Amino acid sequence: MNYIGIDIGSTAAKTLVFDGEKIVHYFDLPTGWSSKESALRVKQKLSSLGIDVHSESTKIVATGYGRISVDYADKVITEITCHGKGAYYLFSEDSVVIDVGGQDTKIITIEKGAVSHFLMNDKCSAGTGKFLEVMANRLNVDIDYLFSLAAKGDPIPISSMCTVFAESEVISYIGAGRPKEDLAAGIIQSVVSRVVMLANQHDINGICILTGGLSHIPYFADQLSKKLGHKIYTHTLGKYAGALGAALISAEKLTK
Amino acid sequence: MLKLPENFHSYSEARKEGFIRLKELKETGKKVVGLFCSYTPTEIILASGAVPVGLCGVNEESIHFAEKILPKNLCPLIKSSFGSAISDTCPYFYFSDIIVAETTCDGKKKMYEWMNEIKDTHVMQLPQGRDGYGALNSWRGEMIRLKDALSSKFNVKITEDDLHKAIKLVNRERKALVDFFEIGKLKPSPISGYEINTVVDANGFLFDTEEKINLLEKRTNQLRNDYESNYKGQASRPRILITGCPTGGVREKIIRQIEELGADIVAFENCSGPRAQKDLVDENKEPYLALAEKYLRVNCSVMSPNPGRIKDMEIMLDEYRVDGVIEVLLHACHTFAIESYRMRKFVTEEKHIPYLTLETDFSQSDTGQINTRISAFLEMLS
Ligand code: SF4
Ligand code: SF4
Repeated sequence: MNYIGIDIGSTAAKTLVFDGEKIVHYFDLPTGWSSKESALRVKQKLSSLGIDVHSESTKIVATGYGRISVDYADKVITEITCHGKGAYYLFSEDSVVIDVGGQDTKIITIEKGAVSHFLMNDKCSAGTGKFLEVMANRLNVDIDYLFSLAAKGDPIPISSMCTVFAESEVISYIGAGRPKEDLAAGIIQSVVSRVVMLANQHDINGICILTGGLSHIPYFADQLSKKLGHKIYTHTLGKYAGALGAALISAEKLTK
Repeated sequence: MLKLPENFHSYSEARKEGFIRLKELKETGKKVVGLFCSYTPTEIILASGAVPVGLCGVNEESIHFAEKILPKNLCPLIKSSFGSAISDTCPYFYFSDIIVAETTCDGKKKMYEWMNEIKDTHVMQLPQGRDGYGALNSWRGEMIRLKDALSSKFNVKITEDDLHKAIKLVNRERKALVDFFEIGKLKPSPISGYEINTVVDANGFLFDTEEKINLLEKRTNQLRNDYESNYKGQASRPRILITGCPTGGVREKIIRQIEELGADIVAFENCSGPRAQKDLVDENKEPYLALAEKYLRVNCSVMSPNPGRIKDMEIMLDEYRVDGVIEVLLHACHTFAIESYRMRKFVTEEKHIPYLTLETDFSQSDTGQINTRISAFLEMLS
């Protein structure tokens, strides 16, 4: 059997295949402008791995922002449940899971292996990957480079929470000739503070796990851990936590 | 899918039909009193021979009119109510001879000062707490002041006898409403929360109390029979209780959505539920005192302190066999937002029932997010 989790976020589509016992494949593709398109590309990629999404021996759960676009999925489940499930599989401990997504940042409390409480950022994009993307564009660098710049800088405080206003703030600092490193560090601090604000609304009993794309950037995890006052755990499969959770749910709920 | 009765009238249909009925009533010389809140003693309005009509704003379109005068970061309910008043887009406001309001939250009470410039607005000075020195007496005094205001406005004499009749009538209406609400106690529930919510709000557009009582009793009976023959013994979907701010403006976005996504709303612990109806006006007491006592017991977050809401919640969670609580907070509603933490703590820590807070307004801009939150919450329950 192939139990597949497809997590279509706003920037990347993550796919993970679980055979009932172990993880057999995982890959990610950029979401691009349409989640319908990326659902199609995921299907092609799976078929190149010899997996037919329509076969009886394939069960698929789709999750993430673009979950409804996966028209060949057997079930859709929200990213909150999936991230919780995935993180619990990776660490087998009660925890608070922090997922900084492209569009939404989520804080999820896991008790006895299940989600017991969650929060998402509200409408605005401060404290999400979107904020980083906008700012990286402004500085004319890519996100990875933004982080390596930041590591060398002294953060200039960005006072505005709103992405649009923060952007003009950054523009004026650029105009004033402030070093890119310091700006980059300020930008990261701004995201970190926002995430910490949200996380502080949860009681942290158990470990803190960072999932999502940013969990692969040690500098970010480090900064987050400092501000939060808790050790942050990450995992090589952190980015795939949602897809993993989805695959596990398909194995649990769709077998019979 | 949402189960609705065959000849179900949507809120906007009911509202539209109400216009015509109200116009006809006005043509026969009937007086109309507009109101906004569960603290309004409708008994005194009925005793004056006038018909009460609810004017609470529920739509987004009228908000921009209000924002010319009122600050943007104000509760959407207040802005929407005021917006439809000043833009002349609400025929009910237009037909009202007088508005009766109370000093509840700060936003509302300051808004009424502006409303008074457009239309005669009588504001009752609601005490901020129940047990302050003289709270009950002062509220009783406000009952009498309302009687005087209506008497002189409509040039009628309101006798104790009129008042007694009105109290009896409204008590009967309350009982009919509570019986209707209690259908939600059946498991599985044969009625959708969307219908409960709509019926209660649409009832505000019927102007004959006897007719309202009749309709409610009929529907309650139907539902009981329906339960016996079609629902009894069947599996139940997760049972949700709604609490927090009034939900008229988010009926489609939240109330309907919860049920579309797979749960049943079985009870409302906000001011459109049994909370304000369960306890009756004492028919044997001096009427102004009896009214003052009853309305002071309404457990709204504008009261400080407000322990009654927690007690009520506890009873409802048990009686309605609730699996999850969803709280609706309207943007910038401080009183409910501040009470939220206490409520969440009580529900999750003492009753061990999952709790979700949805903070929102009347716009459609957050429907996607609201959807994800509701779905994730329901996944948590299953
Ligand atoms: S929530 Fe409170 S202030 Fe608002 S209408 Fe209900 S009783 Fe009145
Ligand atoms: S919802 Fe809150 S802020 Fe709005 S009118 Fe009612 S009590 Fe006031």
